[in-house]
Amino acid sequence: MSALTLGAAITAGLAKALETDDRVLLMGEDIGKLGGVFRVTDGLQQRFGAQRVIDTPLAEAGIVGTAVGLALRGYRPVVEIQFDGFVYPAFDQIVCQVAKLHYRSNGRIRMPLVIRIPWAGGVGAAEHHSESPEAYFVHTAGLRVVAASNPQDAHVMLRQAVASDDPVIFFEPKRLYHSKGEADVDADLADAPPMHLARVAREGTDATIVTYGAQVHTALDAALAAEDEGLSLEVIDLRSLSPIDMNTVAASVRKTGRVVVTHEAAREAGVGAEIVGSITEQCFEYLEAAPARVTGHDIPYPPSKLEKHHVPDLDRILFAVDRVLERGAAVRR
Amino acid sequence: MTYTQTRDSLTGEEPHEPDDDVLRVLEPDGSRVPDATLDPWIADLSPHELRALYRDMVLTRRLDVEGVALQRQGQLALWAPCRGQEAVQVGTAQALAPGDVVFPSYREHGVLLARGAQPADYVLAWRGEEHSAYDHRAFGAAPPQIIIGAQSLHATGWAMGAQRDGSTDVAVAYFGDGATSQGDVNEALVFASSFRAPVVFVCSNNQWAISEPVTVQAKYPIAGRAPGFGIPSLRIDGNDALACVAAMRWALDRARRGEGPSFIEAVTYRMGPHTTSDDPTRYRDAGEVEAWAQRDPITRLEAYLRAEGVIDDSGLDEVARAADALAADVRAACIGATTRAPETMFDHVYAEPHAGLARQRAEYVEYLGGFEK
Repeated sequence: MSALTLGAAITAGLAKALETDDRVLLMGEDIGKLGGVFRVTDGLQQRFGAQRVIDTPLAEAGIVGTAVGLALRGYRPVVEIQFDGFVYPAFDQIVCQVAKLHYRSNGRIRMPLVIRIPWAGGVGAAEHHSESPEAYFVHTAGLRVVAASNPQDAHVMLRQAVASDDPVIFFEPKRLYHSKGEADVDADLADAPPMHLARVAREGTDATIVTYGAQVHTALDAALAAEDEGLSLEVIDLRSLSPIDMNTVAASVRKTGRVVVTHEAAREAGVGAEIVGSITEQCFEYLEAAPARVTGHDIPYPPSKLEKHHVPDLDRILFAVDRVLERGAAVRR
Repeated sequence: MTYTQTRDSLTGEEPHEPDDDVLRVLEPDGSRVPDATLDPWIADLSPHELRALYRDMVLTRRLDVEGVALQRQGQLALWAPCRGQEAVQVGTAQALAPGDVVFPSYREHGVLLARGAQPADYVLAWRGEEHSAYDHRAFGAAPPQIIIGAQSLHATGWAMGAQRDGSTDVAVAYFGDGATSQGDVNEALVFASSFRAPVVFVCSNNQWAISEPVTVQAKYPIAGRAPGFGIPSLRIDGNDALACVAAMRWALDRARRGEGPSFIEAVTYRMGPHTTSDDPTRYRDAGEVEAWAQRDPITRLEAYLRAEGVIDDSGLDEVARAADALAADVRAACIGATTRAPETMFDHVYAEPHAGLARQRAEYVEYLGGFEK
């Protein structure tokens, strides 16, 4: 075990994948000498060569589309999309090809692609550099979608994503790239929890907060603050957004009877809507109050000076916690 | 003609005739004419190869007739006719080696036939039984692509893989004139050029993208685009089967020698509708169709082979019988197809287990079971 940043933990995961399987290739813009704009591929081209760590033309559909062809030839491409808001030009290739080729071919063609996306806001970036597009991909059958919240998960889940024979959209919370944590880069994947399982990040009994990505830390901060008021909040880190581990979510809701779902992405038809819908179907008789969602507003990502009003913070989460607990200002309004 | 650099005439105001400036070795009447670019590549074509070329073109046309008939009889949901495009489809595909892989569009029936597809392979998707009927590994053909131009990137990526494997395998992207307006095709040309990928781009310019004439896509010969990407191109008569073989051999040779991608614009004509759902009388003149009928690729090759003594009446009869036999087999495979069990629609969404989908499947099976009680 060693203390690594989330970014370095992913770098170590990529290096391990390149080491253990010579069919693994990295593709993306500026991932070679520069090591990527976030330095996640730092040193990998020097170590593994330009044939395996490939600086591509500046064309996202081209990157994903050629990765499809490489997968057809038996390679396992790991693609870097430079920023969340740059994935849209590749949308057709992801939705119509990457997601559907296994189905289209009755299982004869496998698409073991990983599409890494530096993701979401909170870093004061320009327009198109702070997007949360996960719901589009969760809605698309054939894709697996994951979002790590800490260096250990980022490392292990990246390696699991590369090992998966399904295509995986791998969201990397960019405001956590420099946050440090313990990570075992020699972890045996056989001992690691499967990629599709959620994690109880903090146990509690009064209400459940369901979230993922960087928002896990905001939720944990909220739980810590609530503790001062004598409240015990459980925090679920989903880790996987497709599939969603509803067993873990439902077990928590059956225990607490109250649930808040929070994410940065917009509310309408978002991951939170899916989770609240599933909770209502599966745990209706256990619910003591209507579930609450605390999300980004249904607006384009705002200019960065305003982003603190868009990305749900500790106070907005606690406000919603009050609401589901039918107490405090949230109820009086 | 051969494009090695941008021509002044490409920027001119004069509208070009569809088959201006094309390279050909067979005139529409079947007479052989020399062409310095193409001739070296077909000097060694044997009578056997010529007969195979002719045979597969006739089989493709018969298959196409059967596809239209099966749709009209309600046995297929849809069919995309390839009538008129047999030379480019069969000619280019016959030049390939077994290790090469084609990335066809939905109209490339002749490419699949020349690669060795089986009767059911042509029709199960059009019948709605499968999205893609055949095993792509069986004869080196990716599933037919419906999203216009998307396969050009897959071919390029596959070629980048072949390059990394140190093999001499070549990928071929087949698409139409409409596809050349797509970003995917242009990005494929960029990637292929930058990585010198062993890929051949075959653009069947059949003059029509559903109802839009090629002049909506390009005011100049499409082959003129490729040199802008650093990719040499040939603009050939796509109804001249020998020109198609020659151009493809030129392109394959470049790819196998590590010289990277090539682009072939095969000027041809879509004699039928876009699909059986289309009505081309709404947007094009009968006179234009008739003019192209005079340039028919099969009539042309047949006249040449007869004149050369490569095929005689009995040879033609034999091909006609083989074509009818194929049509009968295709019809039987189509009509005899059984629709698979409904719960199989949940199969192969993922390669690895997926709990949520497994639950949906179980719920639907239980729901269906309720009707059987």
